[in-house]
Parts: sequence; C-alpha cells; structure tokens
Amino acid sequence: MSSRDPAMSEALRRVLARLDPLLRDVANLTRLSAGATNETWSLDAVRDAGVEPLILRRSAVGRGPGVLTLQAEARVLSAVHGCNVPVPEVRCVLAADDELGEGFLMQRIAGATLPGKILRDPALAAVRSQLARQLGSIAAAIHAVDLERLPQLPLLDAQRQVQHLHLQYEAQGTPRPVFELAFRWLREHLPPAVTPVLVHGDYRHGNLIIGEDGVRAVLDWELAHVGDPLEDLAWLCIPPWRFGELDQPVGGFGEREDLLAAYERASGVSIDRARLEWWEVLGSLRWGVMCADMPRWLRSGRDKSVERAMICRRASESELDLLRLLAPRG
Amino acid sequence: MQDPPTVAELLEATASFLREVAVPQLAGHAAFHARVAANALDVVKRELELRPAAERDEHARLNSLLHADGSLEELNALLSRRIAAGELSLQTPGLATHLWATTLAKVAVDQPTYASYRREIGK
Repeated sequence: MSSRDPAMSEALRRVLARLDPLLRDVANLTRLSAGATNETWSLDAVRDAGVEPLILRRSAVGRGPGVLTLQAEARVLSAVHGCNVPVPEVRCVLAADDELGEGFLMQRIAGATLPGKILRDPALAAVRSQLARQLGSIAAAIHAVDLERLPQLPLLDAQRQVQHLHLQYEAQGTPRPVFELAFRWLREHLPPAVTPVLVHGDYRHGNLIIGEDGVRAVLDWELAHVGDPLEDLAWLCIPPWRFGELDQPVGGFGEREDLLAAYERASGVSIDRARLEWWEVLGSLRWGVMCADMPRWLRSGRDKSVERAMICRRASESELDLLRLLAPRG
Repeated sequence: MQDPPTVAELLEATASFLREVAVPQLAGHAAFHARVAANALDVVKRELELRPAAERDEHARLNSLLHADGSLEELNALLSRRIAAGELSLQTPGLATHLWATTLAKVAVDQPTYASYRREIGK
C-alpha cells in the first residue's frame, strides 16, 4: 500500500536541493510503515547523473520516552558508520524549519528484512549458513565502537534492565506468576557488572537487511544504549525470532556456537555461557513484558488495530519459553 | 435456547470469508490485517471451547497450592506475591506442575502452532 503526499514531496525537494544544487526532482515517495510515532518513507532523489534511493525516518509528533530521539539515532548511525558495522549512511537530519517534523534521510539499501523470506527464499540458501557468523562479527564491531564518538546514551546494565522491566510489568496490573518467577531468578542470579559498551538494543530479525552476499545493514538504532554486550547476542537467540525453526537458535537460521565463535574471534573476548543464559532469560521476559503492554495501547485508543490486539496474546508464548529455561521438563 | 448455527460455526464461517474472499481482494497492510483478523477469530473459537475447563482446573490447583479461596484473579495475584516474596519457589511441591499446566493451557488457546508449544506437547 502506498500513500503519496505532494506537499511532503515539495518539502523534501527543498531539503535535498539545499544539500545538492544538482537535484532535479523527488520521485516515488511512498510510505512503508504505518506506525503513528514512527514513519518510514521510501523516495528517490533524481539527478542528471542518476537516481539515488533514499529512506526517510520521521515522526510528526516526536517519539515517546524510553527511546532515542530521531536526531540522536542519526548521530549513532553516523558514528558507527565506518566502524565495520554495516549501516545506511545518513544523508541529512531534518531541521525545524524544514516543516517535516523530526527525522532524517538515509541511504536505501536493497535486500530482505522479512523473516519468512530470509528463512525460505532459495536465492538466500547459500548465504543463510553464513549469517550467524557474520552477525557475531558485526556484534563485536558494534561493541567495540569508541563511546567518545557517540551522543550521550542511557546506561542500561543488567540491574537497571530488571528494574525497568519490573516497573513496566507492575504498571500493567495483571498478575503473572511465571514472570514473577523469572524476576526472582534474574535478581538471584544477577551477573557481575561489566565495562559498559555500545549495545544495539534490538538486534534481531526485522532490523537486519539480508542480501545474497549476507548482512547488508543493521537498522533501527532507537533502543541503542550502553550496557552488557551479551544482551545483543542473547536477544538474537530468543525463541520468538526462530519462526518455527526451534533448533536453530540464531534467528531460525544458525547455531548459537557459530555466532559465539565468530564473536569471540572478532572481539578477542571469551563469552561466559552462564551470563549469556541470564540475558536469554531477561530477553524472553522482556519480549513477554513488551507483548503484555499492548492492552494499554488498545484501551488508551493509541492503537486499536487487530495486529496490536493479537500481539497481546503472545505474552503466553514467552511464559512458555521462560518455563523451558527455568523449569525444564524431562 | 439460542438457535443454530453455533457460535463456533459463525466464527468459522466469518474466518473463512476473511481468508478465502477478503484477503485475495485486498492488498498490502489491509490484506495483512485481514489475515490477522481471521487468526483472532480462531483464538476466540478456541477460547470458547477450552477456557471453561482450563480455568476450572487452574482454580482447583491454586486452591490446593495456596490453601486459599477467591476469584481466579485474586488467587493469581496472591500466587504472584508469594513467588515474589520467595515463600513459594520451584522447590515447592506442585508449583512447577501448576505453572506448566496453566501456561500450556493458555498457549493452546493463544498460539497452538508456536514451535516451543509443539515441542512440549510432543513430550
């Protein structure tokens, strides 16, 4: 579905012409995502020399609390670009007098983001077995980014993550004994603090562009923070992202050991498996608490879509995954 | 007494309409949401079938685990508080069994094709 907007095309033409006097036109402006606080648009900048495919990330109303502003996200992208992390290059950050809301323009990279295509497209068969290793190396590059290059990011270490999740869970007002069990276990097994590094915060299917040559880009840095590097590796391995391929822990396409071996080789750091398991429990609980948050979206009228309503009913999946980790049956 | 068709039959007919007629005539987000809507009706149908017995069993297990009575919500709130306080743990006889039975019953309604669920019911 596309929705076109002549006034917006005109505003974008002004922004791009300021950057580049050779710009002739803005074409094919198409909205890709439907979220109210986060919009993604595809467009082409047309010049005599050729067409440049671009993406606009913007928010008409500004993002809520708990995520980076679009300006900060653009600064993170620019900082990690050139640090062996494949990301789209930021072309320009919108200013207030651009009249386009908050946002930025970046390079549009071709490839697959839908899990079904990544897991089953025959054209990606050859590269599929390489993805876990590539993602291990890329994670090591993310975690090695010099924090001095980055804007101020929130510190979300193990202890703070548990606290934040618990506040969110309590505000939901629905008692969930399995979540309580997980909170208790996480507090009893809290890993020792580590030197905080840049953490992507949402390193998984949907935020990765995959092509026949492998991982082309890591997207959606709005949850970036500083914290424990194992958070990203564990989040990539939780069962909801396996899409039926339960025995392929890395996104349904790869082995955990391939991911970890590549990470260890690239970073020179050996991974504490118990700490990784702690972060996998945290990850399953986090996904469950995120799903369980959806009734508030419905009841406040913020998003009453049937999709949103059905995500609520996925919290029970993460209760099941938590029991499989904490109280496995023979 | 309500006349036929049953609620389950009405839901099945509506879900079939969405999948077989509406989805092929829609595009993009609308087609996606129509598919999700059909899945939502499947959840409603399973819940109507499975929830009464599942909640009766859950209530009985909570009574014996907590030595207390109340509504299902009150008992789940009490169980949650006792787990949070460390008064009940996985070492407590019956707790793991209860949580497993309750969770499997919920997923049977919500998402019976989920791979972790298929693996567990195959055991």
